[in-house]
Amino acid sequence: MSRMTYAEAARTALAEAMRADPRVWCVGEDLGRGGVFGQYKGLREEFGPDRVSDAPISEAGIMGAAFGAAMVGTRPVVEMRFADFALCATDELVNQVAKARFMFGGQSRAPMVIRKPMGMWRSSAAQHSQSLESWYAHIPGLVVAVPSTPQDNYTMMHAALAADDPVVYMEHKNIWALEGDVDVGEPYDWGTARRRHAGDDLTLVCWSDTANVAERAAATLAAEGIGADVLDLRTLWPWDRDGVLDSVARTGRLLVAHESVGAGGFGGEVVATVCQHAFDALRAPPRRLAAPRSLIPYAPNLEDRLRVTEDMIVAAAREMCA
Amino acid sequence: MSRPNYDRDRGLALLTMMERIRAFERTAEQAAVRDQLVLGAIHLSIGQEAVAAGLVGALRRDDLMVSTHRGHGHTLAKGADPAAMMKELLGRQGGCCGGKGGSMHIADFGVGMLGANGVVSANITIGAGAAHGVKLLGDDRIVVDIFGDGAINRGPFLEGLNWAAVFGLPVLFVCEDNEWSATTRTADMTAGDGAGARARAIGLPVEVVDGNDAEAVADVARSLVARVRDSRAPAFLHARTFRQGGHTYFDPASYRSADDTAARIASDDPIDRQRAALGAAGVADADLDRLRSDAEAEMAAALEAAKAAPFPDADQTFTDVQDIGAPEAAA
Repeated sequence: MSRMTYAEAARTALAEAMRADPRVWCVGEDLGRGGVFGQYKGLREEFGPDRVSDAPISEAGIMGAAFGAAMVGTRPVVEMRFADFALCATDELVNQVAKARFMFGGQSRAPMVIRKPMGMWRSSAAQHSQSLESWYAHIPGLVVAVPSTPQDNYTMMHAALAADDPVVYMEHKNIWALEGDVDVGEPYDWGTARRRHAGDDLTLVCWSDTANVAERAAATLAAEGIGADVLDLRTLWPWDRDGVLDSVARTGRLLVAHESVGAGGFGGEVVATVCQHAFDALRAPPRRLAAPRSLIPYAPNLEDRLRVTEDMIVAAAREMCA
Repeated sequence: MSRPNYDRDRGLALLTMMERIRAFERTAEQAAVRDQLVLGAIHLSIGQEAVAAGLVGALRRDDLMVSTHRGHGHTLAKGADPAAMMKELLGRQGGCCGGKGGSMHIADFGVGMLGANGVVSANITIGAGAAHGVKLLGDDRIVVDIFGDGAINRGPFLEGLNWAAVFGLPVLFVCEDNEWSATTRTADMTAGDGAGARARAIGLPVEVVDGNDAEAVADVARSLVARVRDSRAPAFLHARTFRQGGHTYFDPASYRSADDTAARIASDDPIDRQRAALGAAGVADADLDRLRSDAEAEMAAALEAAKAAPFPDADQTFTDVQDIGAPEAAA
């Protein structure tokens, strides 16, 4: 067991994979200096400029070129800097990377880890704060990873680097410095949620940094005698449908909390699935906590209006269990 | 026109390939129009055969290629089996993509053809990336990255060329300029001096060739392919040709003068020109005619094989999507 930050955990996994497999390489803007958040610090020194490659500010070029390089047998890690900037490479990801294996009849694979740092961090405003993970869950061919802890950022980065599918890997920018214990031997199966808190009164589904908020809320609720079963999905595709349904069968209540916009968000998929397959188990209407469908503002008091907070989760759970 | 030291064997090989491409396209058109068996759009390369034939003759079989929605000729020239291609157009089992891609996604990785692309310009960065992969793997293959004149007005043209230049990648960019961006004249929508000037501005060596002269394309391709392979750096070829038909097989091209088109075809058809060159070199008309009838017979057989092939098994809708997180047929 070692103590690592969220950023160090992914960096450690990446370095281990690069030592083990010479086909793994990283490409993105400013990687030579360690990446904009230091996620690649020290890797250039160890692996050299070809394997930790700078790139022009050409998001479409980065994604397209990495895809071409993946089709000939390399395993690129694509750094998009901010999830917001990755939108410049949407055709390359959605029309090319995600479809290549299928539309070429299985002749090709695109083993790529596409890192898209996501989420609100203070006063970064509308173009540096978005959580767009639901978009990618909608695209067949993509795996969507949203780790929330150092442990998962280590284990899931390893799993993503070993995968032959393209993995959209979205780390939350607000928790790069979050410290935690990492067991390098912990097994991981895609599409399994982590139970962040056990309880029998309410199923609380969440992911990314909202899972950390939800875990704190669950501690508050436990002190009041409300048992929240907190399931951190960790991936949106595949997602732990069975785990959620099993939990709801026990608790009879579903609350989904996520940072991204509620309308059209993945929380709706979770609620719909539960209504379709566990309707008889429900003792209360399922509920979602998510961002209102507005744009992320700069001023902190305005920005806070869009956040899902611990207090909001506690209040919603209380109401549902009343 | 007779050339000194004319290489008749190469001339015949070029004509053979051009006849095969045209026969494939004509047969595909028949399958679409007469037989109603090609259900999706197909974009024919009739009139542009010299570019594919001339380029590919300069490549090794293990060299790589990416192409466009108008990619049948390139794919056939690279060595794909026409019966597998025709099956793909008809969406049948045994198609090069198992009937899952169709004309616009035709690919044969076994001969280094890494895919046609339904999105104009998208293959430019992908081809540069394939060359990036080759560089990292450390072998001596090169990539030929073919796109149309319409593609130079999208961002991937700039991003892909710049990428190849700054990373020093073994890729030959080929602008196959047929003068038309779908149904709009490219010249009306393109500022400045066009493809070659833009490539020169990025620092690439540029050659311009009469793309309806197969011998000229073959000559310049041989020189550029050798240059790219030896220098491990990109180069650019602007091949001027002409799209004889509409954007798709069902586009009558009523936006341009039929008389002008007919005159262009009569005076500047690449196959007629190659036949004339071979005739001047002493090849008998009967031998030239036989190349054509052989090509037509080959492609007719390919169509018959495609018609006889069954559609893919229904479960193929759900295969080769992804390993992790299988697709669900139901919500």
